[in-house]
Amino acid sequence: MDSGYPGASRAGMDLSLTDTQQLIRNSARDFMTENIDSDYVREMESHDTGSREEIWKSLAEMGWTGLLVPESDGGAGMSLIEMAVLLEEMGATALPGPFFSSAVTGATAIAEFGSDKQKQEFLPRLVDGDLVTALAFLEGSAAWDPGVVQATATRAEDGWALSGSKVFVPGAAGADLFIFAARTSQDGAPEDSLTLFLVDAKRLDSSAIKALDSISDDRFAEVDFEDLMIPPDAVLGEVGEGWSALKRILDVSTAAKCAEMLGGSRKAVDMTVDFVQERSQFGRAIGTFQAVQHRTSDMATDLEVGRQLTYKAIWKIAEGKDYAHDLAIAKAYMSEKFPDICYGAHQMHGAIGFTQEHDLQIFSRRAASARVMFGDANHHRQIIAEQMGL
Amino acid sequence: MRYEFTTEEEDFRAELVDWIDDLDDDYKSVSEGGSDDDWAKALEVRKMLADKGWLTLHWPVEYGGLGASMMKQVIFTEEMVYHSIPGRDGFGTRMLAPTLMVHGSEEQRKEYLPPIAKGEVQWCQGYSEPNSGSDLASLQTRAVDDGDQYVVTGSKIWTSQAHRADHIFVLVRTDPDAPKHRGISFLLSETDVPGIRVEPIINMAGHHAFNQVFFDEVRIPKANLVGEENRGWYVAATLLDFERSGIDYPAQAQRTLDELIEYAKGTNGVTGQPLSQDHDTRRRLIDLQIQVDSTRGMAYEVADMQSRGEIPNKEASMAKTLGTRLVQDVHRFGVDLLGMYGQLRPGSYLSQLDGRMLDAQLGTVAYTIFAGTTEIQKNIIATRGLGLPRG
Repeated sequence: MDSGYPGASRAGMDLSLTDTQQLIRNSARDFMTENIDSDYVREMESHDTGSREEIWKSLAEMGWTGLLVPESDGGAGMSLIEMAVLLEEMGATALPGPFFSSAVTGATAIAEFGSDKQKQEFLPRLVDGDLVTALAFLEGSAAWDPGVVQATATRAEDGWALSGSKVFVPGAAGADLFIFAARTSQDGAPEDSLTLFLVDAKRLDSSAIKALDSISDDRFAEVDFEDLMIPPDAVLGEVGEGWSALKRILDVSTAAKCAEMLGGSRKAVDMTVDFVQERSQFGRAIGTFQAVQHRTSDMATDLEVGRQLTYKAIWKIAEGKDYAHDLAIAKAYMSEKFPDICYGAHQMHGAIGFTQEHDLQIFSRRAASARVMFGDANHHRQIIAEQMGL
Repeated sequence: MRYEFTTEEEDFRAELVDWIDDLDDDYKSVSEGGSDDDWAKALEVRKMLADKGWLTLHWPVEYGGLGASMMKQVIFTEEMVYHSIPGRDGFGTRMLAPTLMVHGSEEQRKEYLPPIAKGEVQWCQGYSEPNSGSDLASLQTRAVDDGDQYVVTGSKIWTSQAHRADHIFVLVRTDPDAPKHRGISFLLSETDVPGIRVEPIINMAGHHAFNQVFFDEVRIPKANLVGEENRGWYVAATLLDFERSGIDYPAQAQRTLDELIEYAKGTNGVTGQPLSQDHDTRRRLIDLQIQVDSTRGMAYEVADMQSRGEIPNKEASMAKTLGTRLVQDVHRFGVDLLGMYGQLRPGSYLSQLDGRMLDAQLGTVAYTIFAGTTEIQKNIIATRGLGLPRG
């Protein structure tokens, strides 16, 4: 062996939060405590956009919708680390609504790949909460892979004609702007043939959006784009280079999703730790039994590992390091462990946690969605395999 | 937040790896607890480490150490373990010496620290007894006050390297009437004294690595009491303040995993395809890498907390639980991967990967038992870490 220990370059050394990050954590916790409880989460399940107007406005006023948007475009210009700290708290309260879709996926897409004109047009509105975005990427096979895209964009006299049917478009009914992926050439490999477009939702007829009834808060829909004409300046980034942009947008979103999942996992562990101390059987708190202690210990251990893996991936993205290995590890891990932790929490809660009335199921349902969003564990295992040289 | 070593730390790693690369191959892939031949090599490397100052890398400068940061200690352990270089002295430099620095008398420090630093002595640890395993504080080895001496009678068991040690630190009961934690004292003794007898215990891998040590009215001078009489339990607990990230486990597992990946890529199965193309094999290799990364992350978290002066109670137990399971899992998979050849002992005709997978699979059964079983670690996580009430 001539090389150094191979894990060395993938290592972590100062795992503490900066003052700014601590401040964001504290203000997020305060905000959630004051404004978001499980009644609100339940009420929003039958709401159009998933966010009450004044809550959505508050998220913008706190500077959170624009957290990732550069200061020059009216945002707070913070890094993915600060966003992760915030999303962890949102995940811990199961905050409903289009925040993730807009402030993470949409903001990254436009801020990193938009033209000056697009940035000026869309980012200030996104920061103010007046513009909500939705990613229209997946189609039939629903694989998080460039080959999934069969939709086409063909050049027309005054721009482009879009055709195709997208599924799992989050928050489609409430979106103002779609980020639409289409093939712009039929010859090459899918990764060399995609182009992204920004599509004003007003161009679509409301009948084009068919809601999917999914378990969590994503408000997915199928959206049909049928010979939809859009102007030439709707192209996001470069024609034919859509996949490299989209991959970046998806990577940032994947890491951010891990942070949100971390928050949900933390909440499930906290609820369990509280419950097993309150619940009494055989004349004492069930938390005194080793069988209960050990399952709870396992859950807490999985959570702590998830924290390390998630923040390591996020730090690497924020610092511009090579993150492929660590991001895939983090999502593969969280996709397995967030549901595992929820199962453990249910087991420790017994029958009461199985009821709709109990809050635990909110997080189990979040886990059911998050585990497959931006690629499930198997998807990310294949990336790990590539990184391992297998 | 910074998930990366500093330049200074990376420079240290590079220097260390260079040194390891230059080391004679005879000193690599050596099992420290193994044969007499391996043990002799371990002692030779220990001398080299002492000459470099690395044997006492983690000691404070005032005791002749290099005063290295927690992260440098982690790097040192990582590279030494990854490259299977023997010679680190766990009992002397990492357990007894730090304890003496905090609780030892001036005379004790002067007498015992320099030979440890020079790699000249071998200590062993007399803690467990036949009837005191997880419930260590119930130990019964009795030390009776007799003027300026204690007279010690009882036995210690699972005492690693006692057959090669010239000294032992031992927990004894000095007050049988006190509550169990408050009647224990911490004593130092030579092993070549009247009344001490060391009997070998052969482990399931066929190695003589641990022993039972019998004490029959052994006279130990009171000058060899460390800390106060009856405070030995708390003296022993001092070790918690020193590096205990458990980085050894992921480093050892990564080494084995890397060997298994190479083996799987270079060995064709019955289909004519490399084993690494087999779906199930790939899946297990990937999951082991996730497990290694998980465990390494926990180890770094423990070290990071210690760097900042925090006590990683639950985190250290998490790292130990994960790490020991990982090392078992990776070797168990190694044996699986070798199929029928997996059962061949080291040195056997036709054995693959030198028979190391089998040897380590058997040897690592002990990992989830020693130094606090997995069950005890989970109790610690639940009670000290999560605040659950004791049963």
